[in-house]
Amino acid sequence: MLADKDRIFTNIYGWDDPGLKGAKKRGDWDKTAAILKRGHDDIIEEIKSSGLRGRGGAGFPTGLKWSFMPKEIGSRPHYLVVNADESEPGTCKDRDILRHEPHKLLEGCLVAGFAMRAHAAYIYIRGEFVNEARRLQAAIDEAYAAGLLGKNAAKSGWDFDIYLHRGAGAYICGEETALLESLEGKKGQPRLKPPFPAGVGLWGCPTTINNVESIAVTPTIMRRGGAWFAGLGKENNTGTKLFCISGHVNNPCNVEEEMGIPLKELLEKHAGGVRGGWDNLLAVIPGGSSTPLMPKDVCETMTMDFDALRNAGTGLGTAGIIVMDKSTDIVKAIARLSYFYKHESCGQCTPCREGTGWMWRMMDRMVRGEAELHEIETLEQVTRQVEGHTICALGDAAAWPIQGLIKHFRPVIEQRIAAHRAVVDAAE
Amino acid sequence: MPKLTVNGTEVEVEDGATVLQACEEAGVEVPRFCYHDRLSIAGNCRMCLVDMERAPKPVASCAMPAGEGMVISTETDRVKQAREGVMEFLLVNHPLDCPICDQGGECDLQDQAMGYGHDCSRYSENKRAVSEKHMGPLIKTVMTRCIHCTRCVRFSTEVAGVPELGAIGRGENVEITTYLEQTLASELSANVIDLCPVGALTSRPYAFVARPWELTKVESVDVMDAMGANIRIDARGSQVMRVLPRLHEDVNEEWIGDKTRYAIDGLKRQRLDKPYIRNAEGRLMPASWDEAFAVLAPKMKKLKGAEMAAIAGDQLDAETMFALKTFFHKLDSPHIDCRQDGAKISAKPRSSYLFNSTIAGIDDADAILIIGSNPRIEAPVLNARIRRNYLHSRLPVAHLGASADLTYPVEYLGDDVGQLEKIASGKHKFAKILKKAKRPMIIMGMGALRRADGAAIHALGYQIAEQVGAVSKDWNGFNMLHLAASRVAGLDMGFVPQKGGKDVAGIRKAAAKGEIKLVWLHGADEMDMADFANSFVVYVGHHGDAGAQAADIILPAAAYTEKDGIYVNFEGRVQMGARAVFPPGEAREDWAIIRALSERAGCSIGFDTLDALRSALIEAVPHLAELDAPASEKWAKFGRAGKLLDQPLTSALSSYHMSCAISRSSETMAACHLAAQSDVLDAAE
Repeated sequence: MLADKDRIFTNIYGWDDPGLKGAKKRGDWDKTAAILKRGHDDIIEEIKSSGLRGRGGAGFPTGLKWSFMPKEIGSRPHYLVVNADESEPGTCKDRDILRHEPHKLLEGCLVAGFAMRAHAAYIYIRGEFVNEARRLQAAIDEAYAAGLLGKNAAKSGWDFDIYLHRGAGAYICGEETALLESLEGKKGQPRLKPPFPAGVGLWGCPTTINNVESIAVTPTIMRRGGAWFAGLGKENNTGTKLFCISGHVNNPCNVEEEMGIPLKELLEKHAGGVRGGWDNLLAVIPGGSSTPLMPKDVCETMTMDFDALRNAGTGLGTAGIIVMDKSTDIVKAIARLSYFYKHESCGQCTPCREGTGWMWRMMDRMVRGEAELHEIETLEQVTRQVEGHTICALGDAAAWPIQGLIKHFRPVIEQRIAAHRAVVDAAE
Repeated sequence: MPKLTVNGTEVEVEDGATVLQACEEAGVEVPRFCYHDRLSIAGNCRMCLVDMERAPKPVASCAMPAGEGMVISTETDRVKQAREGVMEFLLVNHPLDCPICDQGGECDLQDQAMGYGHDCSRYSENKRAVSEKHMGPLIKTVMTRCIHCTRCVRFSTEVAGVPELGAIGRGENVEITTYLEQTLASELSANVIDLCPVGALTSRPYAFVARPWELTKVESVDVMDAMGANIRIDARGSQVMRVLPRLHEDVNEEWIGDKTRYAIDGLKRQRLDKPYIRNAEGRLMPASWDEAFAVLAPKMKKLKGAEMAAIAGDQLDAETMFALKTFFHKLDSPHIDCRQDGAKISAKPRSSYLFNSTIAGIDDADAILIIGSNPRIEAPVLNARIRRNYLHSRLPVAHLGASADLTYPVEYLGDDVGQLEKIASGKHKFAKILKKAKRPMIIMGMGALRRADGAAIHALGYQIAEQVGAVSKDWNGFNMLHLAASRVAGLDMGFVPQKGGKDVAGIRKAAAKGEIKLVWLHGADEMDMADFANSFVVYVGHHGDAGAQAADIILPAAAYTEKDGIYVNFEGRVQMGARAVFPPGEAREDWAIIRALSERAGCSIGFDTLDALRSALIEAVPHLAELDAPASEKWAKFGRAGKLLDQPLTSALSSYHMSCAISRSSETMAACHLAAQSDVLDAAE
């Protein structure tokens, strides 16, 4: 269990002042100029050595990502874009950072922006986060007033501006290139890659897009050292992580814990355990709605880190843990997710546009058992036809939950179909 | 020049090529819907997925730049499954209405479904239905068939330069629409019909008219403007059913204007299909060829040469004009002219009346001055090429003439003709921009040259070209934008007043005074006929338009789809038109009419076959034998300095859709003309 002294987000519950005064008391903005004095590449090396992996879901090494930016500012400026469009069902960690620890994010923007030689950062915040946007804007204003942003930010000699941009409430705008399109004022549809944003990003300029949490932890890593961060968690899955625990637990919460903590321990220590006891557990979705679910027997020994979950055929994703006990209609739960993805598909590319609707319609019938047995196979094949064939990862995200369901709960669907068939037969 | 391996074959492609292009280079077919050579890459249909070594999943070959050492394979199971999967998705919401779909037989989806589709559908849900969209009189929509490839959206925003078309909604509810249900306000709009890979956008005038396999296809050249767009004429029996663009990289690429495509229904209406003679009561009465010749031949025999004049129309082929010229030479008449609009262009030097830089040269220009022209309606495909250069290089374009939206930003210099003198003196600020440019271009339109002071403006054009250095060793940026398809050939063969002859203005004056007693109008309708009230008017042509109404005798001839002929476009490019159908009724090919009449008039022109006529033509104008090769002409002084009139510069065309006898007879063009003028009404419908 994570010791209090190793916590990064000490005000994640908002018990303390989220403003600049409170943030400074917690150690934010402490000698930021000294961090920047170490130089662009030194910061990137430090982050690399910390082993920090992107907290937005894909788990790509953050330091490595930053190092893709050009080493010199050419004819085009560099940009840092912070993805605060937190829309993944089951995930609510960035929201609490924006509400209660906004200065961690702002200081992180300066540090990360400086490391990648950017003079401006854009924070793209989810449209529904009205109060969060107000809170963040207040923090930005405070920081400007205190000289921490703007010309010669925090007396570091580096000019740095932060702009807050509110989205209009589309899940797809959390996909990094769709986010860029939206930020440019266009329709939020993902771009083709290559070219990658580090070469051609916002307005055609070199751009790095990071998740809120990834950026917010960087000042602390710089202050306490990459080695400290790397010492927490497991190899290749280092540091601390905010877990969002929701669903059928006694005490749903956001909690910062060490990477690699056993799922069972996480739920019992922090969330008050599964409703009705561990044996009442049916399944867990470990990383936000797009990761395949795990049945109870897998959950028993599972540790919460990127690699262990990937090896179990699922993923850490955003660490939005959705717990479902035995009262759950698991088919209906996944069907609801299918509806979500059908609703949020941008419609640009064929497999996702046509596939998400088809998958949802089949799932919807399976909830009621109005299907043929062979259609389970068809559904499985359709998910395979979508997966990996789309422009962005939304197609994969729509396919995986259904694949997880069929893999672990096929008998439930079969029983549903058989029961419906029996009713129909009896009526005839 | 990256080298890569496609299915085991090594190919080398140009820098910047895509994997899809590399596959084509290697002779491997890659199915696609959204990809199009001339549009930006969308990568959204996902049909072109291929396997790339070391890539975790199949990549969209249309969007992947070809890289050194890539190993591509298109025959793996994974690729096969990906293609079949995408095809299945495309078909789940596509209606199975091929038997009643106009795209049937030339549908990409239909064709590729044969290769990659299943024999039956696994989709048992309800299919999506999408309401029709109004896109004007040319484009018929059946949006349920749309596969969202966005080719039409990309064409209209990128090539045509009109932003009306777009996609609204998201997910499976995406719809392609003009949103306000308005006509697509572009002269190139109907090209989206060719681009649409399915039957979502089809041709409204051609709806349910014919199936592609019933049509005979003839490769020909367009005469609706002077660009000489390469077209394919599809005919069934005696009727032209449709016109489609033919690929010519240096002329029209693969686009054509809406008039080129749709004015053809005018070929069925108002046709002159038998000779007519005006009787004593002043009524035109049908007659036989024999009767017509019996009236006309003695009359021509009796008159002196100087009492007769011939004016050639705008859509004639070179052979017709040459036969007419020869005929009038034999009649000893010097009064011939092919410039019915009165343009002050002389037949020499050739570089004074050509689009010298060639159309493809637009791609190299780095500053353009447009004088007295609206290229958007005078040559829409050419205008799209200027726009493309603008999008590519943001080159400065200045426009002197009637203000118009050219689909790219221009520096508007007003319509004051006096500006030309300023530019010619080099003091004007745009003259400096042109001077600085490496390949400056001047485009002079008929709006500037058909005026009384046209020769002076022409001379200023020469001065400007000299002043800004528009002519150098490998570049001639002085360009004339003609409107008449026949004009360049006419000037080439010297269809202008012979020694002592009068030009059109002179002919009209003389006719009004009674000095000229017989006027031969060959397809010439774009004039005020009042001056010819006292003369005997012979009209040879295919439509009952202004000329025919003023005529005393009408000899029915062939339209451009009904005869073989040579046309020279404004670049000086010689191209062959071909006959797709026969002239209607008693109408005959023009040269044969002249040949027969000349015999009866006692001064035979002597050509017994079209080939013999051509041989004589080529002997007289040797460069007409060089097909499809715009020659670079010697630069020499032209124009005649003079005082400029205090009149604003305008464009020579007021309406794109109704500009010649054929398009004025076309119901489709009339509908387009109305729609263009009353978009608001359309939207309200």
